[in-house]
Amino acid sequence: MLLPASLPPMLQRIVDPQAPPADVGFFGPIGVPLIYTIVKLLIVFTVYMVGVALLTLAERKISAWIQDRLGPNRVIKGWGQPLADGVKNFMKEETLPDAANKPLFLLAPAMAFIPALTVWAVIPFAAPLPLRWGRMDMVLADLPIGYLYILALASLGVFGVVLAGWASNNKYALLGGLRSSAQMVSYEIAMGMSTVPILLLAGDVSLSTIVRQQEQNGWYVLTLTVACFIFIVSAFAETNRLPFDLPEAESELIAGYHTEYSAMKFSLFFIAEYANMVTASALMATLFFGGWTVPFWHAVNNAPWAWWKTAITLGAFLFKVLFFLFFYMWIRWTLPRFRYDQLMSLGWKILLPLTIGYVVVIAGATLGLDALGVPRTPWHGWPVYSLCLLALNIGLIGLLFVVADRGRLISPASARVRAAELARLRAVRQRSTLAHEATSGAGD
Amino acid sequence: MPIGVKVLARPIDEVSYVRAAVKGMALTFKHLINPHKVTVQYPEHRDPLSPRWRGTHRMLTTEDGTAKCVACGLCPAVCPANCIKLVPGEDENGNRYPLVFEIDEFRCIFCGYCQEVCPEEAIHVGRHYENSEYSRDGFVYDLERLMAQTHPVCEMWDPADPKGE
Ligand code: SF4
Ligand code: SF4
Repeated sequence: MLLPASLPPMLQRIVDPQAPPADVGFFGPIGVPLIYTIVKLLIVFTVYMVGVALLTLAERKISAWIQDRLGPNRVIKGWGQPLADGVKNFMKEETLPDAANKPLFLLAPAMAFIPALTVWAVIPFAAPLPLRWGRMDMVLADLPIGYLYILALASLGVFGVVLAGWASNNKYALLGGLRSSAQMVSYEIAMGMSTVPILLLAGDVSLSTIVRQQEQNGWYVLTLTVACFIFIVSAFAETNRLPFDLPEAESELIAGYHTEYSAMKFSLFFIAEYANMVTASALMATLFFGGWTVPFWHAVNNAPWAWWKTAITLGAFLFKVLFFLFFYMWIRWTLPRFRYDQLMSLGWKILLPLTIGYVVVIAGATLGLDALGVPRTPWHGWPVYSLCLLALNIGLIGLLFVVADRGRLISPASARVRAAELARLRAVRQRSTLAHEATSGAGD
Repeated sequence: MPIGVKVLARPIDEVSYVRAAVKGMALTFKHLINPHKVTVQYPEHRDPLSPRWRGTHRMLTTEDGTAKCVACGLCPAVCPANCIKLVPGEDENGNRYPLVFEIDEFRCIFCGYCQEVCPEEAIHVGRHYENSEYSRDGFVYDLERLMAQTHPVCEMWDPADPKGE
């Protein structure tokens, strides 16, 4: 790396693998970064799509195991099942309802699918890789506004579902679309608010910075546990997974917004659901579980960028993402679906006030700790700041899950009537029956 | 709200959503890692049928290869699904035999009454279930086909031995 100082500074930067590639490279004005991006794009897209296909298999296997079955085990011991499904979906007849709004009907699956895919662009998935032409950041686009970009794009996903429901010209599909719009809009707020504490601690919205902060100060799941819980719950709602799959509630709405879709268009909705899951899992891992960092392994964390570091951190990140994907499936095959009013009251009456309160608490805590002079970075090797927040969170979690988490949180199947009101209603009924008996008796 | 509906007080203070969810997840995880799976790999492996299984019919034959049926007409009479077609015939010795004997397996409800009622122990329901066909006509079994079946026949429920021991 030690280059003679006589080399022009531009060339030094080009050949230093620890530094990002220079804007002027061997391949013209924007050569190296552009080529890096294209290579990463191709690899990430391929891995992502293959991963999504394999996820459908994983879902079926896990559901089978949970139900004491074996799951698909025929096509190449089950591994060929996604391929077989794909072939089947290509061969199937494409239906196009006569009364559907054709352009929107065709556009909707893509609208559902593309946002899920594009969100992935800002998630850093491994430590940067040093190459001869300069450092390759393992993120497609390290946007300085990474998190805001995710919030903006994630809210686009609802359009695909709503358009599909509306364009199908089918009442079940429309109901599914309506439900999903209400659901996604409500939970988006809780989701966005639950990440405000992260921004308070990290002081930055770029995901790379958030990851680096967690490497130093401990994962945010420890310092912001409540926010993590709320984020996970709202992420479930955002991806329309059980227990929040009201948009496609089979028992009530046939298949919800994709009732009228068949073949590859249906498949695209299916892929979109899994793509959304992958993205949400990656977000959980990045925002709360340290992204690609490996906990307690300082030999890796303190090392300069190297290929093995990239490999290890990539493995760590994949492990975290896969864990959350498994968690998604585990929840899906455990919990039943919410009722619609419960869903709404959970979102608006519980999660939203909770997040706002939590933001206030965390803001107060950071203010207090700063005023007390506690350093934000580890102090003599001890992350005092994080430990204080951890203690606060343990208290809050105890308060929430032990004291506050009671049956009154979510409304029961029928409204409670006050005793006085009930007595009045009973009296009214008594009178009407008496009157009825009196008249019918007179008629005899 | 309809009046008179009994509204039960919910055990509000005992209910906890998070704990209930965690409990449920522990249960599903136990099943997830439980190596005992109930799936039977069907075409390769078949679970044995009960000796009282009532499936595809079979007409038993005498030693000389003719059907045991004497065309008494009891089975078409008893059949609740009305799916047995019997045309009796009589040979020069005065022995009755079925000229036409057809069972529509598609209409049959496999009640086993035909076996129960038969005085000659001729018609039987069998321990066999793989009788799919490409057309509805294929389900009408004639006498030839009923006699050609080889599967074991059903042992009817015996009041003297109700558990089949
Ligand atoms: S099993 Fe029952 S329904 Fe079937 S042919 Fe015999 S009597 Fe009729
Ligand atoms: S009851 Fe038995 S003997 Fe009588 S017609 Fe039916 S099969 Fe033949």
